Amino acid sequence: MSTAEAKVRLLDRPLYRGIALFIALFVLVVVAGVSQGTASMLLILVQATGFALIALGLNIQWGYGGLFNFAIMGFMMVGGAAVTFISYPVNPAFWDSEGPMLLGRALLAFLIGLGVVYAARQTRRLGLRGFGYGLLVVLAWFAAYVIYRSQIDPAAAYIESTAGFIGGLGLNPVLGWMFGGLLAAVIAFFVGKISLGLRTDYLAIATIGISEILRALIKNMDWLTRGTMSVSPMPWPTPLPQALQAQGVGIAESFVQARLGFLVLAVGLLVIVFYFIQRAYGGPWGRMMRAIRDNHIAASSMGKDVKGRQLELFVLGSVLMGVGGAMLVTFSQIFDPSGYQPINHTFMIWVMVIVGGAGNSWGVLLGSLLIYVVWILSDPVAQLIFLNLSQVTQNLGWGAIPEIDSRALQMRVFVLGVVITVALRFAPKGLIPEVIRHDR
Amino acid sequence: MDELIFFINRVLISGTVLGSIYALGAIGVTLIFGILRFAHFAHGDMMTMGGFIAFVLAGLLTAMGIVTPLPMGFVVLPVAMVIAAFLALGIDKGFYAPLRERGAKPVTMLIASIGVTLMIQGLLRLIFGSGTRSFYATESKDIFRIDMSAFGGTRPISITEPQVLMFVVTAALVIALHLFLTRSRLGKAMRAMADNADLAQVSGINTALVVRVTWIIAGSLACVAGVMLALDVALMPDLAFNIVLPIFAAAIVGGLGHAYGAIVGGFLIAFAETLAVFNWTAVLRPLNGLLPEGMALPSNLSLVPTEYKLTVAFVILVVTLLVRPTGIFKGAST
Amino acid sequence: MALIELKHVVAGYGGAPILNGVNMAIDQSDIGVVVGPNGAGKSTTLKAIFGLLKVTGGTIEFDGEEIANSLPDRLVPKGLSFVPQEKNVFTSMSVEENLEMGAFTRRDSFADTMEWVYQMFPVLAEKRRQPTGELSGGQRQMVAMGRALMSKPRLLMLDEPSAGLSPRYVIEIFETIVRVNAEGVAILMVEQNARQALAFASKGFVLAGGQNRFTGTGAELIADPEVAKSFLGG
Repeated sequence: MSTAEAKVRLLDRPLYRGIALFIALFVLVVVAGVSQGTASMLLILVQATGFALIALGLNIQWGYGGLFNFAIMGFMMVGGAAVTFISYPVNPAFWDSEGPMLLGRALLAFLIGLGVVYAARQTRRLGLRGFGYGLLVVLAWFAAYVIYRSQIDPAAAYIESTAGFIGGLGLNPVLGWMFGGLLAAVIAFFVGKISLGLRTDYLAIATIGISEILRALIKNMDWLTRGTMSVSPMPWPTPLPQALQAQGVGIAESFVQARLGFLVLAVGLLVIVFYFIQRAYGGPWGRMMRAIRDNHIAASSMGKDVKGRQLELFVLGSVLMGVGGAMLVTFSQIFDPSGYQPINHTFMIWVMVIVGGAGNSWGVLLGSLLIYVVWILSDPVAQLIFLNLSQVTQNLGWGAIPEIDSRALQMRVFVLGVVITVALRFAPKGLIPEVIRHDR
Repeated sequence: MDELIFFINRVLISGTVLGSIYALGAIGVTLIFGILRFAHFAHGDMMTMGGFIAFVLAGLLTAMGIVTPLPMGFVVLPVAMVIAAFLALGIDKGFYAPLRERGAKPVTMLIASIGVTLMIQGLLRLIFGSGTRSFYATESKDIFRIDMSAFGGTRPISITEPQVLMFVVTAALVIALHLFLTRSRLGKAMRAMADNADLAQVSGINTALVVRVTWIIAGSLACVAGVMLALDVALMPDLAFNIVLPIFAAAIVGGLGHAYGAIVGGFLIAFAETLAVFNWTAVLRPLNGLLPEGMALPSNLSLVPTEYKLTVAFVILVVTLLVRPTGIFKGAST
Repeated sequence: MALIELKHVVAGYGGAPILNGVNMAIDQSDIGVVVGPNGAGKSTTLKAIFGLLKVTGGTIEFDGEEIANSLPDRLVPKGLSFVPQEKNVFTSMSVEENLEMGAFTRRDSFADTMEWVYQMFPVLAEKRRQPTGELSGGQRQMVAMGRALMSKPRLLMLDEPSAGLSPRYVIEIFETIVRVNAEGVAILMVEQNARQALAFASKGFVLAGGQNRFTGTGAELIADPEVAKSFLGG
């Protein structure tokens, strides 16, 4: 009797709803797989897994912490650059040249610059105030900038002309993913430190600005990332299709097998991350985070270190974005800084989290897989519609619709916009809303 | 003298053009923030939309065989502004008003505006393709060259016809806006609502009407800015998306909610960008004569490399937000 | 017939109601003063009349017409006007512009009304071009009242007009209210300086817990020992 009651309580409505939605998603994926072929479906699934990691990262920041982050694209790029540096084969032309020495000098100049700024800020202790202090700090920043530029510019020019770019370290890509997470954490720490005090809409604008600054840097530091020339092919942690083909596996079969291998690794990573997030959310840490999100003032008056906790969330979420960004680069085997767009990266992740249900990891998981599949499928569906329309217009004697391929690709941007506005209006809490538990 | 002419051509003229575009965009952003209290992210795309409306209208007129002495883009501008204003009202009614009535938070409104961004951009790309278009497929850009030989210059100051028209139109619109805000009943009501929305309501001001007027002004000014951008550079669907951040930078530097601040902010950001990538060697070259033997100015003496031009605006944006989120002018946000 | 009559008004912000059946009647010649402890629903009563929160029960009749849940842009033309307690001026606008905003709903010429307001508050006439944010607290209160009078109201509602003012200004503001009333404008005000305000009130209402406790003329309430003990501080 009591077990039956417990079952009824366990399977209350959100759970039913979640299971139903996941089944629907599964059917959608199978349909996509049948229509597009197994290899394509695996491609979509691996990429969706990468985006799910990133969306979980945003869920930590926005869903748990109520923190606005529009710099997702920037953190993904940082992850991509990191994995490129770690896993791309060593470039002997760079290491044998003067390059490392010049870069060392640039690093030294950078540190000296930091020292100058630090020293200028210390004058406050000597009693310097107001305009004089401000002027001194600005001058110090300018001096630091000039010192750094004087060293990095020749170094960059030298490397770009002799070795192309610095290449990588030739290590395992998984190490690169970790490094991507680490680098994202460091950047997120400084970004969070200076900007988390802003009110939400200002924080949104500030982070999108930071994201664009990161993009500009990574795109234009050719010596580090080869910029718009892009870096490829990136090695995989699991066997590549080419390697399987060398072992005698058929071409079509080799893609399926290779992608399946990658998918297993990616899903494994996602499961581990998901498990720990769920555990943390259910534990005292998660309770405190929710308390802070729902009532700043009460939480801080209860002696909680609101700022510190928020910084924790911001860094943690950004780590997942860095790791996910790195994984996606490894999978696509190419790091192309000009391929990053706020729409495809930052905004799509936001749509995933909001549609799925901010604050609920299951919802976000569903949202990210669903939105990514919708995003991918919008293109062929739109193409189909356009082709039929084109047939109609031709029959009417108006001529065919030109450039169907490139236009249909744009359909998904529109679909994404429709999905987000509809979701905000009719299901602002998402498909699987956060379950507010009243602990004890 | 040539150095000065070079400076005028490279900094003064192009900075003013860019500043006009930024200012017109930022006025809309700042008014919407003042009245509706949210950061309207789709503003850049309303600009692009305006550009395309004018483009289609201009194409229609040209196809009808109409030839005007002025560039087509300016001839159709008033009509395009009206259409853009209606579209802005429609967007508000369709996407923002329902959320507002529900009492949605500013953040939700901001996300909604991103949804609108995606929809406008998707539609524009769907209809027009993602390629670049120019207003000057059939017309040629007239260039005025002001001869400077009387002042000892060997090169002329050159300015194109659309640039001259841009200055005139921007100046006229800014003056019109000023008169509207300070002289008219509705303009004053708009300032009142931006100052204190609750008291505006208590005073019996028809706040729904003020909201509509705000969208009309913001939409039509965005259209002008979009057309100018298209005339100055070229027309493509992601045109304004790239400058929506500099426009926010302008609005924030000027203090969100302050129309005059937005204008100043627009020019400030534009000149900061232009000056930052300006190669000072070109102006300082005469100093080489004064420098000792064997020393010369480096060939490129710009503050930041050209590819970081937009980044200048982002940096100003972020620094302003961190140091003085209420803008650089005194009188904090209301 | 009373100018405004509240019968069993129930109102709140969505949750539990704050007003639980408030009754009031004010004639055109009246100065009504609402007093009571914090949280009694004094300000809420004014806001409920002015459509700023939801009235869920009872009736509010103005000049014989039901006005419950009408919004201010409908009420102001009917002859109601409201001065909030805080943030009751447009600080970035000049004194004259503030007054113009009070006349927003009027389509006729309001130059004579503005002259009337300037006569009532001569100090504002001197500062008509100054931003209101630069004025003193007492002068701001005059701007706020002036703004509310610009619509030529028949009923002026004031939420704690003397809050935060120095004793000299409190007397001045009260004198002005009496003068405005003498020109034919009914007054309904909430006051913390209860004893002082009841002294010139023709009608007094003591609210507690969202309900009427005592109703009478100002003098009656001051004279009532129970009112004096519980609500007027001895």
